[in-house]
Amino acid sequence: MAEKPSGGTTSVVTMLDSTLESVDAAEEIVLKAAEEMGFDEDSRYQIGMAVRESVVNAVVHGNRYSERKKVRLSVVKGDDRLTILVADEGQGFDPSSIPDPLAQENLLNQSGRGIFLMKTFMDEFQVRPVEPTGTEFVLVKYLNRKA
Amino acid sequence: MSVKLSVRKVGDVTVIDAVGRITLGEGASSFRDTIRDLVAKGDKKIVLNLGDVSYIDSSGIGELVSAFTTVTNQGGQLKLLNLTKRIQDLLQITKLYTVFEVYDDETKAVQSFG
Repeated sequence: MAEKPSGGTTSVVTMLDSTLESVDAAEEIVLKAAEEMGFDEDSRYQIGMAVRESVVNAVVHGNRYSERKKVRLSVVKGDDRLTILVADEGQGFDPSSIPDPLAQENLLNQSGRGIFLMKTFMDEFQVRPVEPTGTEFVLVKYLNRKA
Repeated sequence: MSVKLSVRKVGDVTVIDAVGRITLGEGASSFRDTIRDLVAKGDKKIVLNLGDVSYIDSSGIGELVSAFTTVTNQGGQLKLLNLTKRIQDLLQITKLYTVFEVYDDETKAVQSFG
């Protein structure tokens, strides 16, 4: 873990194994940061949920539980926002290929709601490819703003 | 912490009391196994009490949906009881609130099967 202060922001990077235990570990790290920044309980719940969903995605769909691949979690505490980056080393994917979980014909699908929840619970959400291979989720939550 | 399930009978209705978290991994799979066992035994009137479930993620939501379809496909009914505010909100934003029959009173939930 490396802490890197930069202007008004503090950035912490953690490399996590591709296991489900990493989901709890990532949630704990991020919620600690969110609490230190003064996010209220509802916001912390939303942030925690989004982080869990993003790390589950990285472990299960990105790295496919590979022992050789890591999940890179970056937590950036800014003056007015918390930014969380979750990157895997998988083959990458096209988020638009995921069916709309709110469409009537998809309501009873067992999976496919993770990205929707991340988008719903965070103020900003982005999916981008990383080099040489992988996908990064960018999650941003502002202080004093309700989702 | 994962979910802990206990099953009891109220007349001919099966009530599952769930305590803990329904998330990807052990929580979700034990939930799935319990529902499958009940359906295999012929239980068709099932109430799932989520009053002590503190947390559900998208996998947990998926398990609720899967349980619903498993029971429905066998000609049974699965109804939800005592949703916390957060689970209620989750079902609302995922539009599943219209799919499930939801009760906040066990007697009414049990009587609803007729």
